[in-house]
Amino acid sequence: MKQGVWHRLDIIARSLSPLAITLLLIMVGMVPLQVPKIAPVIPSVALIAVYYWAVHRPNLMTVWAIFLVGLFQDLLSGGHLGVGIMALLMVHVVIDTQRRIFARSSFQALWVLFAIVAAAALYLMWLLNCLLQGVFLEVQPVLFQYLTTVAAYPCLAWLFAQAQKAFLK
Amino acid sequence: MNRRAGSVMRLATPVKAWTQRFALLFLAGVAVALMLLDKADSVVVERARRAVADAVAPILDAASRPVATFNEMVEQGGQLVSVAAENAELREQNERLRHWETVARRLEAENEALRSTLNLVPDPTLHYVTARVIADQGGAFVRSVLLNAGAREGVEPGQAALTGDGLAGRVAEVGNGTSRVLLVTDMNSRIPILVGDAQDRAMLVGDNTAEPHLRYLEPRVEVKPGDRVMTSGHGGVFPPGLPVGRVTSVDEEGIRVRPFVDWGHMQYLRLVDFELPGILRSFDGSESPGNGR
Repeated sequence: MKQGVWHRLDIIARSLSPLAITLLLIMVGMVPLQVPKIAPVIPSVALIAVYYWAVHRPNLMTVWAIFLVGLFQDLLSGGHLGVGIMALLMVHVVIDTQRRIFARSSFQALWVLFAIVAAAALYLMWLLNCLLQGVFLEVQPVLFQYLTTVAAYPCLAWLFAQAQKAFLK
Repeated sequence: MNRRAGSVMRLATPVKAWTQRFALLFLAGVAVALMLLDKADSVVVERARRAVADAVAPILDAASRPVATFNEMVEQGGQLVSVAAENAELREQNERLRHWETVARRLEAENEALRSTLNLVPDPTLHYVTARVIADQGGAFVRSVLLNAGAREGVEPGQAALTGDGLAGRVAEVGNGTSRVLLVTDMNSRIPILVGDAQDRAMLVGDNTAEPHLRYLEPRVEVKPGDRVMTSGHGGVFPPGLPVGRVTSVDEEGIRVRPFVDWGHMQYLRLVDFELPGILRSFDGSESPGNGR
């Protein structure tokens, strides 16, 4: 029976790993790198993480977990609260409703699909920020962040794949 | 039995799908509520922000140290290569600065003499708190950094944050051991400044790009690229005369200013506690400062 408890704890810990890795990466993404001009174009780690797990392990990245990721990021980044949450929930909806397409896609196709989903998510964030701020915001920084986020996808996806192999088999 | 299990399954699947959809709608609703709450400058949101920042500060602090050390090492390596050229440049600069020192000393003495004849009220003394940048909220919508000093160290909202080069931003939120500095480039940053030799009043307004705008300038005032911009001290929050930046472009779109701060090497920030007796403090009913902290 004891083993049963440990076994169950082990399963819970493993199934929490996508969420834990995502939260950790959000923090790592905020460590100041002191590289000139890079701070404004840091890729959106949360977007990549939520996309990856929602495609590959939707049962481990539930709406509740996504909400938590968004809330954590919004609170820590000091941006408008709720904007990041909305964008991440939108990613979830897109993947959930088009699951057949995502499930059959190769890595390259997933990357292309990510480029589309990320564009929509960042556009939504820009729109909500404009609304909340009451002014038209500069598009250029958003565009830069979009490009770095899309560029960073393969790298992080590889990392997540390794984590998936290690913790989730 | 089998048939019964089957019917339960048939019922359970749509129920599950329905609850999932409900959860999604519910959470989206919560997100909208949070947006409105945040827009209304709720204390709850600010408290939550501070709590999260304080909670993750040890992790960020630990993680940012090796990065800083590594960067210092790389920089030192780079400096070794150019040490001779730099030396010559520094010598030349030293000569120039010596000259400026004599000028400054003369002006200081003159200033002192004039002040004493005028009975001018002296500027309040400045206290500094130096803090390390532990997180840089890289993103397209916010320009702010997190520091590893907070209320415990005497940091207060509104204080000016400086690097060696000039003004970097203003303390926006203060937690127990952390504080958030809104950089001058952030779209919510508004800083009263003086521009040019004539010291015309204006406002430095950030817009999330590297070069904030100069706004609310008097219509007849002439501003040209290269003009220096410094804090005016209006509003009594910032000390006057802190260097901010230089005007880079003047056209129909407006006037742009490039801050002096080297954003890529912003490891430490000095927070200036400018205690203007009894202007701001008196509003919150606390004692007036000046107890020589």
